[in-house]
Amino acid sequence: MAWLDTIIQGILLGGLYALFAAGLSLVFGIMRLVNLAHGDLIVLAAFLILMLVSALGLNPFAAALVAMPAMFAIGWALQFFLLNRTLGTDILPPLLVTFGLSIVIQNGLLEGFSADSRRISIGGLESASVALGPISVGVMPLLTLASAIAVIIGLNQLFYRTSLGRAFRATSDDPVTAGLMGIQPKRIFATATGIAMVVVTIAALYLGTRANFDPTIGPARLIYAFEAVIIGGLGSLWGTLAGGIVIGIAQTFGAAINPEWQILAGHLAFLLVLLVRPRGLFPRAVD
Amino acid sequence: MTDTAVTLWRVETKTKASATFAIVAGLIIVLAFAAPLFASRSVQQDLFFILTMLVLAQNWNLLAGYAGLVSVGQQAFVGFGAYAMFALVILGGLDPLIAILLAGIASALLAVPTAFFLFRLQGAYFAIGSWVIAEVVRLALAQWKMLGGGTGTSLPREATRDMPALKLVGDLFGVKSSGAGDILTYWLALLLAIATIGLVYRLLRSKQGLGLAAVRDNQEAARSVGVDARRMKTLVYLAAAFGTGLCGALIYVQKARISPDAAFSVVDWTAYVIFIVVIGGIGTIEGPIVGVIVFYILQNLLADYGSWYLLILGLIGIVIMLFAPRGLWGLFAERTGIQLFPVRRRLTGGPVPSSKKGGPHG
Repeated sequence: MAWLDTIIQGILLGGLYALFAAGLSLVFGIMRLVNLAHGDLIVLAAFLILMLVSALGLNPFAAALVAMPAMFAIGWALQFFLLNRTLGTDILPPLLVTFGLSIVIQNGLLEGFSADSRRISIGGLESASVALGPISVGVMPLLTLASAIAVIIGLNQLFYRTSLGRAFRATSDDPVTAGLMGIQPKRIFATATGIAMVVVTIAALYLGTRANFDPTIGPARLIYAFEAVIIGGLGSLWGTLAGGIVIGIAQTFGAAINPEWQILAGHLAFLLVLLVRPRGLFPRAVD
Repeated sequence: MTDTAVTLWRVETKTKASATFAIVAGLIIVLAFAAPLFASRSVQQDLFFILTMLVLAQNWNLLAGYAGLVSVGQQAFVGFGAYAMFALVILGGLDPLIAILLAGIASALLAVPTAFFLFRLQGAYFAIGSWVIAEVVRLALAQWKMLGGGTGTSLPREATRDMPALKLVGDLFGVKSSGAGDILTYWLALLLAIATIGLVYRLLRSKQGLGLAAVRDNQEAARSVGVDARRMKTLVYLAAAFGTGLCGALIYVQKARISPDAAFSVVDWTAYVIFIVVIGGIGTIEGPIVGVIVFYILQNLLADYGSWYLLILGLIGIVIMLFAPRGLWGLFAERTGIQLFPVRRRLTGGPVPSSKKGGPHG
């Protein structure tokens, strides 16, 4: 049964990677912007939650709820005042500005919180588990996957059932024509990044409660998120979940063979998909 | 102007400023080669650092500024070149100088399969993809137990001490082997920097360079007039891998100690390099030269401030990208019209005044 356990742990880990990736996928889908600081923003949100927990004595879940509007505001402002200036046909400005931002956030966090490893404590939940038949599954990993699915359902509802979602899709298709219809693309973009930061906060809650984190781990989270998006196929949120699960399973299998191979196995799975299905498993977008 | 005058049209890129600069550059090169005669060892080591960063910056600039391939994974080639050199010296018993050259070739060979994967990704995805490749190479080499695995290893002292070239330099200057090592690596870095700038400049002035600029400015239009964009980009990618790997090997001959985390550091070999190019001016040969000087000064000013240094460097990079995307050299060239490495073709010698400025260079 060891292999079944490995697969289930991998699927659950994939939920975390899907949460990392959902925000990245959302921002790319609407404004074709790849935010190289995405991973560092996740770590920033984790430190924000940690601060709220330790300063106000809040429960981590409540702290995440408090952090959400703050992260929304950060995302909104970041997009409106900084990233909107970089959008255009040239891919250099957004890449280099977000790369610079990644370095700034990392070193700002190092300055503020030192390089020490931190963890957000959630008491008994940390080690709680439930038995699924012969296999016992951690409550937190299960909650992570459930949250990932809830986030994807929520984002899909937002996209296809609300007027804001219609504005998102319209702006994504053609910002100029959308502008003629009374939509302000710059505000739409800012709102989209704000929502992405809310998703980032949820991802940060699970990142911070499940394992140790420090200011330098952001880029690796960006890479996992990116791999999940590419494996799933651009433009498909359910594909992103599948991509996250593929990496999760590859990593747990790699780790089962040799703990040093965990991360490498995830990357190799990504390269393999890129080799046989360059457009991902469930491609939707043309670019 | 009389009608009888024979009008001789010429296409040239030379300007008055560039002709003067060529003489100055020649003098600087002579002076730089003579530096070990009068410069202390710490100055030589600083110059070595500046020159190797300049080589990395020129290579990245060739990729991002001219071929539109924004890579954040060039540390893959620095690290791979360094590890290849270590393997050739420690396991193969080769002379480090030969190992450096072979390490460059090994890096170019590594670039063949990575190009195969990366060229499936467009634009921004190419950037993160290159980072993934660098991670894969780092994690794979960390498994190589004979080279120290995850903790790394040192270059055996006798391997560098017994180099014939080192003995020659040592006898020439009457210094011990450690001093001779600094002189030798400094000279090699100088040679590599001159060769890199020379080759990049030559490429940009050639027909291929014109094609490259056309692809960068408008890929579809360039392809419609027969430029093979993919082939050009692949060639540039391989050339940059060669140059970066060679430079990585040279850096680690001087460091003489390697570990996967240091050799594949995204901050040391990519973030610094990107900031150098962005601050100096992307898409020009002068830019990285200006950038590396600014970078060196900033590093010395802010060395005591730890992570504030990188934070400030990041902020400067962002501000420059937003408000002066052509960098410091771009600002200067815009105001003065001076180009030290002109690549813009101008028609001269005809009856029409040739002082009109053309479009963006390239």
